[in-house]
Amino acid sequence: MTTVTAINADEGAGLYALAHLDALESEAVHIFREVAGEFERPVILFSGGKDSIVMLHLALKAFAPAAVPFSLLHVDTGHNFPEVIAYRDATVARHGLRLHVASVQEFIDDGRLRERPDGTRNPLQTVPLLDAIERNRFDAVFGGGRRDEEKARAKERVFSLRDEFGGWDPRRQRPELWQLYNGRHSPGEHVRVFPLSNWTELDVWQYIAREKIDLPQIYYAHEREVFRRGGMWLAPGEWGGPKDGETVERRMVRYRTVGDMSCTGAVESDAVSIEQVIDEIAASRLTERGATRADDKLSEAAMEDRKREGYF
Amino acid sequence: MTSNLTSGEQAAAAAVERSAATSQLRFATAGSVDDGKSTLVGRLLHDSKSVLADQLEAVEHASRSRGQEAPDLALLTDGLRAEREQGITIDVAYRYFATPKRRFILADTPGHVQYTRNMVTGASTAELAVVLVDARNGVVEQTRRHAAVAALLRVPHVVLAVNKMDLVDYAEPVFAAIAEEFTTYAASLGVPEITAIPISALAGDNVVTASANMDWYGGPTVLEHLETVPVGTDPSQDPARFPVQYVIRPQTAEHPDYRGYAGQIASGVLRVGDPVTVLPSGRTSTITGIDALGAMVDVAWAPQSVTLTLADDLDISRGDLLAPSDHAPETTRDVEATVCHLHDRPLRVGDRVLLKHTTRTVKAIIKDIPSRLTLADLSHHPAPGELAANDIGRVVLRTSEPLALDAYDASRRTGSFLLIDPADGTTLTAGMAGDSFAAPAKDAETARDDEGWDF
Repeated sequence: MTTVTAINADEGAGLYALAHLDALESEAVHIFREVAGEFERPVILFSGGKDSIVMLHLALKAFAPAAVPFSLLHVDTGHNFPEVIAYRDATVARHGLRLHVASVQEFIDDGRLRERPDGTRNPLQTVPLLDAIERNRFDAVFGGGRRDEEKARAKERVFSLRDEFGGWDPRRQRPELWQLYNGRHSPGEHVRVFPLSNWTELDVWQYIAREKIDLPQIYYAHEREVFRRGGMWLAPGEWGGPKDGETVERRMVRYRTVGDMSCTGAVESDAVSIEQVIDEIAASRLTERGATRADDKLSEAAMEDRKREGYF
Repeated sequence: MTSNLTSGEQAAAAAVERSAATSQLRFATAGSVDDGKSTLVGRLLHDSKSVLADQLEAVEHASRSRGQEAPDLALLTDGLRAEREQGITIDVAYRYFATPKRRFILADTPGHVQYTRNMVTGASTAELAVVLVDARNGVVEQTRRHAAVAALLRVPHVVLAVNKMDLVDYAEPVFAAIAEEFTTYAASLGVPEITAIPISALAGDNVVTASANMDWYGGPTVLEHLETVPVGTDPSQDPARFPVQYVIRPQTAEHPDYRGYAGQIASGVLRVGDPVTVLPSGRTSTITGIDALGAMVDVAWAPQSVTLTLADDLDISRGDLLAPSDHAPETTRDVEATVCHLHDRPLRVGDRVLLKHTTRTVKAIIKDIPSRLTLADLSHHPAPGELAANDIGRVVLRTSEPLALDAYDASRRTGSFLLIDPADGTTLTAGMAGDSFAAPAKDAETARDDEGWDF
């Protein structure tokens, strides 16, 4: 398998050019290695979603033939798709990785968190996440966030400094010039690192296709019981759906994002192969979050507010 | 080639292949809200069909709630609530769009005086800068400042977008005079390539589609130019530079003695068999293997991330630089540079700082600040004593350990550095080693002389 695609000689710098996926891959690997060189206790946020799967794939490539020098952290809402949890555990076992799990359910059970009236647990992830970071003294936390996802993310740095409360202050972020990342931080502070900052949803899928990366099956079209809420197709489950007046029906759907079952919607789709998924995304007239995330519809500044509090 | 795929599957596979092999252009825009920069960016995103239905719906909704009839495309690029409430842009925002020909990363930077640092940040990774002027005002102080930043940061291509042509009746002489004045100025700063385009971002003239109102203009639209401008420099023209990021030592039964040097090639081309010198130690060895993320290759080039193996067991660690033995940079502890000060705390003579150059961080002391530069007229102010936020100046530094530093003019990647506050880690200053501006391109003079010739 060749990983480098030379572009036609009449295009750009000629013989020694890099196709955009190679440029993005090289940049992400550079970021992983910078963190390995400058931090004591880095961790990769791993949810079993496609962005975190691509992150892990890049990390494996960055340090081969040695093992990845980081552990993984999953913030488990307790409302996960079973297929995704199975994928997570199989991946951890296959690569001999160490997985930390921060459980929202545990925090609810011992009273440190309270269930929200709408049953959504996405906003509840922040407290267990910060708790795990503090308890394990993680100093660098890799997230799969991309700047194309959402307005507040468009201004995010690759190295994003968080204070001892995990808070993100847009005015305190350091200017990032050239490829010089400044990871210095005081005790108690940590740095969120986003190796996929410059990737778009389409880049991620093209890379998954090129590298033949295995994904949880729910990313491809399948028949599933769903019901309509807030303009989205949600899957029923222990998390609390459907309610009175909501009827369950079987439809061909797939997921564009994978998160908490209570707020991650499926899209109707016949795309059973990666090529069909790429065609569907290229033709889609909705953003990934607009199509599938109820939590971002709460308000125009929903993500900005959650980021300030220490969310991913 | 034989294949069992259906024609539909072949087409899909071809589409994946094609789109996966497009090139990428990083560019920056500079200009103030008044110049219509946000409208231009919104127009590029909108007319290249990079704005999706839910984003456009949000903009239409916000425009209506402000009492505007047409959707305000400038709202597409407003990010944070703090900015929307105050109607300002406080930072660099990154935008992504693609056409079938190319994929674009846009660093959208505000252009007010106090935001020089943001322009510098956006321009540091840009291969092209779009400078906007209002056709009614022509080249103003701010325009000269933007041209100077592009020149200082060695952005290879500059586009002058003369906006609001609709408000000057699409008159060619207005455009020609502004283009001439700007081109002369930018060329004198050493900007190697300047393209002037008359546009109306509001009406859409010459942004994505050619204007029906300016028959006299025969050049490319902004998007056409972005799609066709050559990207990157030819790495074979530059000496190779390889800052070591991390040493890979598996120490497993399968790889008991493997020792690989991981890094991203900062410039040039590396080949198996190349003799290399390790800096600053000066020891030498030969490249025996190049692992390009899983593929063993004979040759690799900037900006690929690779892992190198060498013939000899040397003491090499993060912060060392590998360079071809016949083109190795000098090492030095005395650095003269042009800097942009970024932080609100001023930089003063005598300050003790950390200097981060490629993967190496060393202690340094500010020995002298010989001058401060006024970007608008390029006048020098000798011995300013300190540099405040957004100031550009010359500094002289002494480092605790030798650095393998290139002139920024020769290599943006290995000629640049950051100054960091050792107490709290704050990024203080961005530095570029060597002379501030490149020598004016001789071609610019020739190009104007050639205008009468019909090749």
